[in-house]
Amino acid sequence: MSIYLNKDSKVIVQGITGGEGSKHTARMLHAGTNIVGGVNARKAGTTVAHKDQHGAEVELPVFGSVAEAMEATGADVSVMFVPPKFAKDAAIEAIEAGIPLLVVITEGIPVQDSAQFFALSQEKTGADGKPVTRILGPNCPGIITPGESLAGITPANITGKGGVGLVSKSGTLTYQMMYELRDLGFSTAIGIGGDPVIGTTHIDALEAFEADPDTKAIVMIGEIGGDAEERAAEFIKNNVTKPVVGYVAGFTAPEGKTMGHAGAIVSGSSGTAQAKKEALEAAGVKVGKTPSETAHLLREVYPEHEELSSL
Amino acid sequence: MDLYEYQARDLFEAHGVPVLAGIVAQTPEEAKAAAEKIGGVTVVKAQVKVGGRGKAGGVKVAKTADEAFEHAKAILGMDIKGHTVHQVMIAQGADIAEEYYFSVLLDRSNRTYLAMCSVEGGMEIEQLAEERPEALAKVPVSALTGIDAATADKIVAEAGFPEELRGKVAEVLVKLWDVFEKEDATLVEVNPLVKTGAGDIVALDGKVTLDDNAEFRQEGHGALVDERTEDPLEAKAKANDLNYVKLDGEVGIIGNGAGLVMSTLDVVAYAGENHGGVKPANFLDIGGGASAEVMANGLDVILNDAQVKSVFVNVFGGITACDAVANGVVKALEILGDKATKPLVVRLDGNNVDEGRRILREAAHPLVTQATSMDEGADKAAELANASAQK
Repeated sequence: MSIYLNKDSKVIVQGITGGEGSKHTARMLHAGTNIVGGVNARKAGTTVAHKDQHGAEVELPVFGSVAEAMEATGADVSVMFVPPKFAKDAAIEAIEAGIPLLVVITEGIPVQDSAQFFALSQEKTGADGKPVTRILGPNCPGIITPGESLAGITPANITGKGGVGLVSKSGTLTYQMMYELRDLGFSTAIGIGGDPVIGTTHIDALEAFEADPDTKAIVMIGEIGGDAEERAAEFIKNNVTKPVVGYVAGFTAPEGKTMGHAGAIVSGSSGTAQAKKEALEAAGVKVGKTPSETAHLLREVYPEHEELSSL
Repeated sequence: MDLYEYQARDLFEAHGVPVLAGIVAQTPEEAKAAAEKIGGVTVVKAQVKVGGRGKAGGVKVAKTADEAFEHAKAILGMDIKGHTVHQVMIAQGADIAEEYYFSVLLDRSNRTYLAMCSVEGGMEIEQLAEERPEALAKVPVSALTGIDAATADKIVAEAGFPEELRGKVAEVLVKLWDVFEKEDATLVEVNPLVKTGAGDIVALDGKVTLDDNAEFRQEGHGALVDERTEDPLEAKAKANDLNYVKLDGEVGIIGNGAGLVMSTLDVVAYAGENHGGVKPANFLDIGGGASAEVMANGLDVILNDAQVKSVFVNVFGGITACDAVANGVVKALEILGDKATKPLVVRLDGNNVDEGRRILREAAHPLVTQATSMDEGADKAAELANASAQK
């Protein structure tokens, strides 16, 4: 088991013919992702050549729209590598088509565009009253269920399948933490992105990890800005029974300066790393001062000393 | 990017929001000419991106153009909470009958927009929110509709405007939404929004924050940057498309990915506690594609910071493998030649780490030391910075 993504997921790539899209399509295929095609309206009807996990040649069909791709392939995940200028339209296209999971890798999307397509996704609900499309990102590394599937840009060779669930705003911190805990392995590692408006939140991921039988313990990585970590702390206190450890980046960040991620900014006393750490600790979550200390804390709470037999 | 009051005023005017005359001046002479042009009573207002300028003596009423000259002379060059006043706005004097408050901003928690409005304006909004929360209406604004006529009506009704004013105020709110949307703002605040003696609604003072991500479709926004207040190293980094923030320490930092770099700053600060209290000198994220050129540009910016005593390069090789990063470091040092004078601690982990470490080992540059973990690298860099500082 895993969350949001598994070996049966059928993945399409929006922007499959572009530089980034092409490079990461190759990497995702290599990681075992079942990529069934891509989208580029101007190149509809053509194919792109790649190699699968075993080195065999594959010809991936390029469709004119997400709806056509879904119709033809039964795709249920789209990974978007579309430049910021065109990202809003591409996201709206995927939401209108009703793709169940939309992973937006693109960095630098104007926040009003993200707010718009997020609002649209909330309005398009299914029979259960819940939004049809779950958005991951934007400005995120995506999601990996090691040994099964990768939808995004996370390096697939850091570690294998195991019992740790990880949710983080940051890509490289995700990789660092996967590396620190590579002997334990991961059920799913998910990067939710560092923009001010994101689709999937820490809370969404925590809820899914709590329900996932293969996830034994959870690492939650946050950073300065906003109040998502404080809200997650409240959620953990009331809803999560599995052990959770936390890490927050940006203790030394000054007020009023954006630290790389558009959302990573301390304004006045709000959004500080200290406040987030205190909120998490008040919810019973142990918080590491550094990534290595966080990994150490996770080992202390990890229920079974089951290590990966092979990396 | 935060705008100056005069820039906000000009944007308001461009979108049809009622404002009073206002002219920006860099010298007392310009201030006098502006006061003459506007005529009557004017207000000389320091243009700084920080609150509390009134209390600091940065806002003065001038009855004549000569008085405007004198006030401008006193205010220009003033320091307000660490911000030097480079310019003043000469604003037409207002006949204020009542003061209100309005803002619309991005609400991160709810992933939509929030409008806040009150008939009790003029004071700091944080104070109002704390002391009289019932006097501040908070109305969520859908990203799909924005502040249309119906939403504007709802806002003015909840804020408690008297019936006869509602239509007039709502009309201004719709125009302020226009500023927010068309200019790709994340905040538009008017404090105070006033009713004049003649019964007109006017935006008297505005604060606007623009979304830097929207620069590609907001061609006019580049001209709003005030280069005088930019740190020269930050400006240089920006020209090279580097994500750099200058801080006040001794250990230069280069890393890949915003989260990892933030984390590196923290780990270096903790390590510094054992090494004379040295601190990180900057934030610098070279992003995924750490080519030799990007690495050279990054190192060049950091080595130009006179405060820097050592540099910590902390890279987790994901998309960009460690061998490429190692080659980048070696080539960067070649490009910089004699300009590279400070010790570098390099920590590589991740994809192709063995090859990356071998490249650095064989290059054997005298300034480069390798570390095998983030903690070790931070400790070493802090130690080197402290040793150099004590020389």
